[in-house]
Amino acid sequence: MSVYFTKEHEWVRVDGDTATVGISDHAQEQLGDIVFAEVPETGKRLTKGQEAAVVESVKAASDVYSPVSGEVLDGNSKVADDPSIVNSDPEGEGWFFKLKLDNPSELDGLMDENAYREWVKTL
Amino acid sequence: MNRETHNGPTDETQARGTPYSGDPSRGEGARPEPLDKLPLDAWHRARGARMVPFAGYEMPVQYEGIIAEHLWTRENAGLFDVSHMGQLLVHGRGVDSALEGLMPADFQAAADMKPKYSLLLDQEGGILDDLMATRRGDDFYVVVNGATKHGDIAYMERLLPEGVIVDHMKEQALLALQGPRAAEVLEQIVPGTSDLAFMEAGPFHWNGRALWISRSGYTGEDGFEISVPAIVAAELADAIAANPLVKPIGLGARDSLRLEAGLPLYGHDLDDRTTPVMAGLTFAINKRRRVDGGFPGAMRILAELENGPIEKRVGFDIDGRQPVREGALVLDGEGNEVGKVTSGGFSPSLQRPIAMGYVATALAEPGTALKLEQRGKLFDARVAQMPFVPHRYYRKGAAA
Repeated sequence: MSVYFTKEHEWVRVDGDTATVGISDHAQEQLGDIVFAEVPETGKRLTKGQEAAVVESVKAASDVYSPVSGEVLDGNSKVADDPSIVNSDPEGEGWFFKLKLDNPSELDGLMDENAYREWVKTL
Repeated sequence: MNRETHNGPTDETQARGTPYSGDPSRGEGARPEPLDKLPLDAWHRARGARMVPFAGYEMPVQYEGIIAEHLWTRENAGLFDVSHMGQLLVHGRGVDSALEGLMPADFQAAADMKPKYSLLLDQEGGILDDLMATRRGDDFYVVVNGATKHGDIAYMERLLPEGVIVDHMKEQALLALQGPRAAEVLEQIVPGTSDLAFMEAGPFHWNGRALWISRSGYTGEDGFEISVPAIVAAELADAIAANPLVKPIGLGARDSLRLEAGLPLYGHDLDDRTTPVMAGLTFAINKRRRVDGGFPGAMRILAELENGPIEKRVGFDIDGRQPVREGALVLDGEGNEVGKVTSGGFSPSLQRPIAMGYVATALAEPGTALKLEQRGKLFDARVAQMPFVPHRYYRKGAAA
């Protein structure tokens, strides 16, 4: 199982052809208290870079882009019901959606965990 | 992830150098000016504040988190640094009647040490700033918004008669202590302050230094605003924050607190296209000024008082959980644009979205069903009575 990150601060965890997507700890920290999350519906087709979910803190509204293309297998209803999970466990229980990967080679352009953590320090 | 919209005084568009909307004298494309530091800059950073550019200063937007700071202020006491605001001393012969030429307050009848809320008006009756003005003997102490202070001073100097002087008290810092425990905290440090009632002020001493303290604020809670020499501001902030009932509070919670209290924010809910009548601030124009006029835009404002304004500032209750923010459109049942949201966000106390904005007067009755449109999405909303969270000011002789 491997984890990749985008420069837009999404993470994608890949297990076989299933990818789980969320926002990074750095992203939740920057957003502050998260008060609203909207996740995509099962069956929705997403293309890489497309707006897939919404996350709002007290001060800001943001789109979450899909880092890869595929069909949505599940949206996390837990974060929609209690968005504060995205603050408390952004890279675990606070995931946004799972999708079935169309094209695993799309992962090639993403950062691995070490590269991302190092890059975030430079921001 | 991409951050799309921000609102309120911590608007990160300002971090990118976009001119603050409350300062019309700086047009589009103005170069961002170098940021100044507040007297308490190091004090904030030592307490873990996240600093953001606001009104030309680096200011603390949050410490531990906006929701926690907001709720702490509603339950205990929050210490705010509002030293970016302009503190002015206006003096000279006939200062009270001279100020009446710029604002609709009754300054001639203003009692000593009783702050009055007023509005600096342009010649069309549009609002250039909202402020507090207090008679101190022969002088008036005026506190104006940070983002507008330089424009205010220039405007006042241009229109005030010769011999009436505006001194910018740059050597003073301004702290606010707000919340239901504020009075007991401040009384221990500055004895006598708990005897002030809401909208009373006076001179006090602390460690041999002169303070000017008024019982007022911008949260809807009981509390105080404390003018202190900048060189001892950190020392005073330390003394106040040493009480475990006190936490430092950032600009983020200041915005959510004032929104719940239904208080307008200049540059967002008030600007030069709004008049005091549209903004629902007619309490700031007393009977004598309504009869005599004599303030900028008096013809228009007195006509609006008589016939009603074309639109009014109102609150909105919004269905669902998603915040609707500044810039969203207000639509009637047929989809016609009938107004605009000027402030909006998530209410930490009510745990739901709330907003403020302007609608056509015919649709301004509380309970009126409307739709709000944000980024192509429609939200069901109703005109709400403000404040959203009741004020808890300390009024002498009042039961509550």
